[in-house]
Amino acid sequence: MSYVTQADLGGLPGFGPVTPEPEGELFHAGWEPRALALTLAMGATGSWNIDASRAMRETLPDYRDLSYYQIWLAALEQLMLQRGQVFPDEIATGEMRHPAAPVARVLQAGNVPAVLAKGSSTERAAPGPARFAVGQAVRMHIGKVDHHTRLPGYVQGKRGTIEHVHGAHVFADANAQGLGEQPQWLYTVVLDEAELWGDAAPRQNLSVSVDAWESYLVEAAA
Amino acid sequence: MTGHDHSDDHSDDHSELGEMDLRVRALESVLTQKGYIDPAALDALIDTYQTRIGPRNGARVVARAWVDQTFHEWLMADATAAIASLGYTGRQGEHMVAVQNTNEQHHMVVCTLCSCYPWPVLGLPPTWYKSAPYRSRAVKDPRGVLADFGTALPETTRIRVWDSTAEVRYLVVPQRPAGTEGWSEDQLASLVSRDSMIGTRLADAPADARSAA
Repeated sequence: MSYVTQADLGGLPGFGPVTPEPEGELFHAGWEPRALALTLAMGATGSWNIDASRAMRETLPDYRDLSYYQIWLAALEQLMLQRGQVFPDEIATGEMRHPAAPVARVLQAGNVPAVLAKGSSTERAAPGPARFAVGQAVRMHIGKVDHHTRLPGYVQGKRGTIEHVHGAHVFADANAQGLGEQPQWLYTVVLDEAELWGDAAPRQNLSVSVDAWESYLVEAAA
Repeated sequence: MTGHDHSDDHSDDHSELGEMDLRVRALESVLTQKGYIDPAALDALIDTYQTRIGPRNGARVVARAWVDQTFHEWLMADATAAIASLGYTGRQGEHMVAVQNTNEQHHMVVCTLCSCYPWPVLGLPPTWYKSAPYRSRAVKDPRGVLADFGTALPETTRIRVWDSTAEVRYLVVPQRPAGTEGWSEDQLASLVSRDSMIGTRLADAPADARSAA
């Protein structure tokens, strides 16, 4: 077990109040929009997928000390270093000192609106019939896995109900590891607050849902 | 970057760039020299999210749903298509689901794992949405989070939190405020805040509802 995510925060105590901010406040430093744009532009080269980039971000050891765009930038550097697209001396100096590695494509300014408007759907042809149906009781998988996953810790082992069937989607766990898309059925599973947080937790009149791939789920008695 | 005595510079030297500025500039320079990026594309990306794609898009979706029952039904049945019909499509909004607030049920959206957010209708997420306090508490203490926003709901109102753990993105349709009968779609859109479409606030009440009515 060597994979450690720093990003799985649901239900953790001790982070204090939320600080709202005005709607027009998008960035808080001049470098932030450039970091955002660099990340999107390099993502558009097709050198990695979104799940691999999330895996890189969440495993940064100093994740919780970094601001959001610092996380993005640090992960971007690591993804490129891994692939020999840049080298430490180049990051340090801002000068190209090693030949460029080929990339599949380069995002040109004129294509930005079309590329953003198109996005990239994760829905795929179904691998077979869906195993679960709306209304069915399920239990979430228990236990840590040694790779990126989209099953948050706070729902592991908990019982919920299938509320929606979304079709088959690229399986993030596999895609993040470079194992291909391995699409699976995706479900919205709704869980009750007593199941999630126990009877001792203050009642909120609350239910919570997560979107879960089929392999996260096992049947539960109704 | 070396030779700085002060890590937190409130210096009067406005020409001096911070460490992060220099790091990003260096990286942009290398990536440009290597031919991986078109610098003009960076400008186009920034311009898009600063001036074209933001929560006013979502506000138009909500206002349309408030005045047009057919559109509302379409939005609830197939949000991706209904939203696309207004021209809002693409990155981080490929698979949209709309959820309707009522007196009985209030919806809130979070991504406890990162910062998943419906960019085409709400633009880039605010800092608080990406922060540890929001991501940790939204699923366990949503009423406490709502209080941080000055939002109080009756105990009888059931709260439903949607954790965006896959690529499905959620848009909260807030309740139409009372006193807005006869308002135009544009007027109504002005009452729809970004936060109300995440579910941390309600739509604004019309300050002058009596005079407008």
